[in-house]
Amino acid sequence: MANPKPEELAKIDYQPPKTGWMDTPTVFKPGIFPYACKPKSLETVGFPNPRQWSVKDEDWKLPPNWQEIFIEGLRERVSKYRSFRLFLDICVRCGACADKCHFFIGGGDPKNMPVLRGELLRSVYRKYCTTTGRIMGKIAGARDLTTDVLKEIWYYAFQCTECRRCSLFCPYGIDTAEITILARELLNLLGLNIEWIAGPVANCWLTGNHLGLQPHTIKDAFDMFCDDIETITGIRVTPTFNRKGAEILFVIPSGSMFADPGTFTCMGELLLLHELGLDYTWSTFASEGGDFGFFTTNEMAKRLHAKIYEEAKRLKVKWIMGGECGHMWRVWHQYHNTWYGPVDFLEEPVSPITGTKFENAKSNKTIHICEFTADLIKHGKLNFDKSRNDNLIVTFHDSCNVSRGMGMFEEPRYIIQNVCNNFYEMPPQTIREQTFCCGSGAGLNASENMESRLRGGLPRANAVKYVAKKYGVNMLACICAIDRAALPPLMDYWVPGVRVTGVHEMVANALICKGEKKRTTNLRGEPLPGMEGE
Amino acid sequence: MGIIFSFFAVIALIVIVFIGVQGANLHYLFGVVIPYAAFFIFLLGVIYRVLQWGRIPVPFRIPTTAGQQKSHPWIKTNPIDNPFTATGVFIRMAFEVLLFRSLFRNTKAELRDGPILSYGSTKWLWLGGLAFHYTFLIILTRHLRFFFEPIPGVIKIIESLDGFFQVGAPVLYLTDLIFIAAVTFLFLRRVVIPQVRYISLAQDYFPLFLIFSIGLTGVLMRYFLKTDVVGIKELTMGLVTFKPVVPKDINIIFYIHLFLVSTLFIYFPMSKLMHMAGVFLSPTRNLANNNRAEMHVNPWNYPVKVHTYEEYENDFRDKMKAAGLPVEKE
Amino acid sequence: MGFKEILSEKKPLIVEKWLDAILNNYPADASKFFKKQKDGFRNPVGYTISTSIKGLFDEIIEDPESEKIYPYLDDIMKIKAVQDFSPSKAVQFIYLLKKIIRIELDNEITQKNLSNDLKIFEDQLDKLALLAFDIYMLCRERIFEIRVKELKNMSYRLLKRANLVRELEEQESNFAAETVLTQNIKG
Repeated sequence: MANPKPEELAKIDYQPPKTGWMDTPTVFKPGIFPYACKPKSLETVGFPNPRQWSVKDEDWKLPPNWQEIFIEGLRERVSKYRSFRLFLDICVRCGACADKCHFFIGGGDPKNMPVLRGELLRSVYRKYCTTTGRIMGKIAGARDLTTDVLKEIWYYAFQCTECRRCSLFCPYGIDTAEITILARELLNLLGLNIEWIAGPVANCWLTGNHLGLQPHTIKDAFDMFCDDIETITGIRVTPTFNRKGAEILFVIPSGSMFADPGTFTCMGELLLLHELGLDYTWSTFASEGGDFGFFTTNEMAKRLHAKIYEEAKRLKVKWIMGGECGHMWRVWHQYHNTWYGPVDFLEEPVSPITGTKFENAKSNKTIHICEFTADLIKHGKLNFDKSRNDNLIVTFHDSCNVSRGMGMFEEPRYIIQNVCNNFYEMPPQTIREQTFCCGSGAGLNASENMESRLRGGLPRANAVKYVAKKYGVNMLACICAIDRAALPPLMDYWVPGVRVTGVHEMVANALICKGEKKRTTNLRGEPLPGMEGE
Repeated sequence: MGIIFSFFAVIALIVIVFIGVQGANLHYLFGVVIPYAAFFIFLLGVIYRVLQWGRIPVPFRIPTTAGQQKSHPWIKTNPIDNPFTATGVFIRMAFEVLLFRSLFRNTKAELRDGPILSYGSTKWLWLGGLAFHYTFLIILTRHLRFFFEPIPGVIKIIESLDGFFQVGAPVLYLTDLIFIAAVTFLFLRRVVIPQVRYISLAQDYFPLFLIFSIGLTGVLMRYFLKTDVVGIKELTMGLVTFKPVVPKDINIIFYIHLFLVSTLFIYFPMSKLMHMAGVFLSPTRNLANNNRAEMHVNPWNYPVKVHTYEEYENDFRDKMKAAGLPVEKE
Repeated sequence: MGFKEILSEKKPLIVEKWLDAILNNYPADASKFFKKQKDGFRNPVGYTISTSIKGLFDEIIEDPESEKIYPYLDDIMKIKAVQDFSPSKAVQFIYLLKKIIRIELDNEITQKNLSNDLKIFEDQLDKLALLAFDIYMLCRERIFEIRVKELKNMSYRLLKRANLVRELEEQESNFAAETVLTQNIKG
C-alpha cells in the first residue's frame, strides 16, 4: 500500500465508490482468508495440481489450461447436480437472503450477501453455459473467467460456512451451501484449497482422523481421560477399542479427543456409557465422525467416510452411534446412506437399555447420542443431581448443520433441562432453524482468518451477550466439535466470562453413578457448587 | 446500466410495432404470425427447460429442515417444515408455491423484539410478491373470455367478483389496480434498497418494464382508449380456432399490447421467469427429511478409492500391538 | 442556557446525524442495512453502534471523565477492530461528532458566545479519540492473543501427553489494562 496522504486520512465524508460489483475489484485482506494448502496434503490423497503457492502472491501458479479445467468441471457438475443447475438458473435476485448471512451482518462486505456470492459463480456459468450469456455478455450478467474472477470466487468460497441460513429464507430454497460446495470442488480441481482443510483431509486419510492421532495416541488420550474420571468420581471406566462383537460402534469427532473443552464432552460420554454398562466399542480406525472431505469434493467426502461402515462391518457390530458434532451429522444424516447404502449388514438400532426402536434410523442404522440419551431420560433410566450444575447458567447454541440439515432441536434441550436448573433461550430469531453460525464452520476455523471468524460470529455472540446480561448466562452449550473449538475465542472477544460446553459434559456432571465417591469437582476439575472450600 | 438498457429495450419493442403496423401495415405478422410463434416458443421452451432440469439427477437428499425432525414419538415434530412423508412434502410445497412461506418467514420473529419498523421491508416483499403473482393469475384467467364463445360461467364469476365495487364505466377491476401497484412496488424496491439495486441485473429490470408496459397498455385499452372489442375477439377466436382473421381498424394500442405479451412469452423460457417451474423442482424443498429411514439412490454413484483397514493396520501394526490394541494379523 | 444544556436539548438530532455519518463509512448496501434493520439480533453492528453512541453522548455531557465511557467505546471499537478499518478510520467516528456539533450549534455558539465551551468540549473529544485508539489497539492485541491461545490449546494435550510440559499456565487476558486506561483518561 502506498503511504496515504494526511488529507486522505482526515477526509471525513468518506463514501466508498459506488461501482457495480463486477467493476469493484476484490482486495484480499489479511485476517480474512486462510492460508493456501501445502502440496504434500494434496499429494497424500491424490488431489490434482499440488504445488507450493501463496494467497498473497500475484501468481497462483495455475496450470496453463486452468480455464478449460474450471469450465469443463462446471459443465460436468451442472449436468450431475439438479440442485446446482437449478440454483444457478432460477435466482430472481429478490434480496430476501441478502441480510441473512452472518458474514454480511457482522462485516458489511456486500459480496458476502448470499445472492452476490452466488452471482460470482453464476456470472461465469452464464458466460460459458448459457446462450444468452455467451451472446449478450455483461448485459446478461455474464463475465469472462479471468484470474481475478477466479481469485474472487476463491476468496468468497472460503468465506462461506455452508450454514444454509440463507436457504431457509429463499422462496425457491436456493442453498448457497450447495453453490459453495461445488465452487470449492471446482477450485480443488486447480489445487486451490486451504491448508486448514487439506491438512486434516490428508491426516484423516492416513490415520482415520483429522488430527492425525495414531492408534496408540488415541489409546493414551483415553487413558488420561480415564485417570481424570477416576480422580473425580472414583469410578474406573474401561473403554474398549477395535473390539469385535460389540453391540454398538461409537464414533465421535476427533476434536473431542484432543482439545478442551471438547475433551470434557468425550469424558462425559465415557462416563455415561460406562454407567449404562453398554456393550460398545471405540475404534482407532473409524476415529473421526466429522468429514473435512466434505469441504473439498463430494468424492473425497465419500472416500473418507467409508471407514465408518467398513469398520462397523469388520467389527460385526449391530449399529452405530455418533457423538456430538455438527457437519458430521449433516453428512451422516443426508449423505451417508446414499454413498454407502444399502447398509444391510447392520441391524435396526434398538436401545439395549430401554428397548426403544429408532425407526427414524432404520435404514442407515446410525443414531445421534442426543437421541439416545433423551430416550434414556424419558424412560427414567438415569438419575441426576441437577444441583451439581447450579453454578452454570446455560443457554444453547443450535449448530447450523444439525438444525437446517437434520432438524434436531428438542432432544438436546430436553437433556439440558433434565441436567441443569438454569436454562435460558436466546431470542427466537437467533436459535433453532434461524440459528446463527459460529462463523467458523465448513473448515474455516483456522487461526489466520481470525478477523473473519470474529465478524461472522458477531450475530451469535451478540445474542449470547444479551442473555448474559439479562439472565447472567455463563455457559454456552452446544453439540458440535467445531463450535467447541470456535466459540471459546468468540466468547473471549465479544462476551468475556461466558464459557463453552458440550451437552454430555453437563450430563456426566449431574449423573449419579453407581458406586461413585462424593464428588467435589466437575469434569474440568473445578469445585462443584457448595464445594468451593473443600 | 442494466436499468437503462432494459428501459430502452422495451421502448424499442413499442417502436417496432409502430413501424410494423402503422408504417408497414404488417397486421397479419403482428396479429397472427408473431402471437402463434410466441405461443409455441413458450410452450416448447418451458417443456424443454423442465425436461432439461428433470433429466439432471438429484444425487443427494438435501432438504433444508426448518422444524423439529421426527425421532421419538413423544417429541412433537414439525411435519410441514421438516416433512418426513410425501404428504408432508406436498403440504410444504403447497405452502411454498401458494403462499410463499419462506418469504413470509422473514417477518415471524421480528414482531416480538424489534420495533414495528423492523419487519416492514421484508413483509412488504412477501405481500408485494403475493399480490403481483395472484393478480397476474386472475388477469390471465379473465383474458380467457377472448378465447371462448360462449364465455364460461367461471370467468364471468371471476369478472364480477373482480369488479365488485362497480366503480366507473367500464367497471374498474380491482386486480388491475393492485397489479400495477405491485409491479411498481417491485420495481421501486429494486431501485431504492441499495442491497437489491447492487445485485440487480438487466434481466431483473427488463421483465419488470415489460410486464408494466403490458399492464399499462391493457389498462389504457380498457379504460381510456376506445378499442374495438368485437374486432379483437374476432381476431383471438380466429387464433384459437386456427382460422386466423385480421379485422380492420383495431387500435394500434392493441397491437402493442399483443406484441409485448408475445415478447414476454418468447422471453419466458430463457429467463429467470422459469422460477415458476423451477420452484417445484428445488431439492431443498421437495424432498422428505427421512434420509436415515429410507435410502436415497444417487444414479451416478460410483466406487471410490478408500484407505482400507488393512492398509491402516499395516501402517500401525507394531504401535497397535504395543498399545495392546487388537489386530487382525499378528 | 449553557453549552451542555444546548447539547442535551439537541441530543436526538445530533446523535441521529452522528450515527448516519458513522454508518456512511460502510459500503452503501451494508450501510443502508445497518441503518434500517432495527432488530438488534439481526443487525448487531447497527444496533450496537447506535445504542453505544447514545450512551456515549449522555456520558460525555454528564462527565467526560467518567469510567462509564469505557464500555461504550469498547463495544464500538471491538466491532471496528474486526472490520475493514485502518486504525485512523476506526477512531474517526469521534471526529465526526466534532464536525456535526460545529455545524449544528453554529448559531448558538456565535449568538451566546460559547466558543470557549466548544474548545473545552473539543479537547475532551480529542482525549476520547485517544482512548478509542488505545482500545482499538487493545482489541487488536486481544485478537492476536486469542489466536495464540487457540493454537496453544490445540497442542496442549499433546504436549502434556508427551511430557514436554509440566505446567502450562493459562494466560488470562489482560483485563488489568482496562483499569489502567480508565485511569489514563482521568489523568
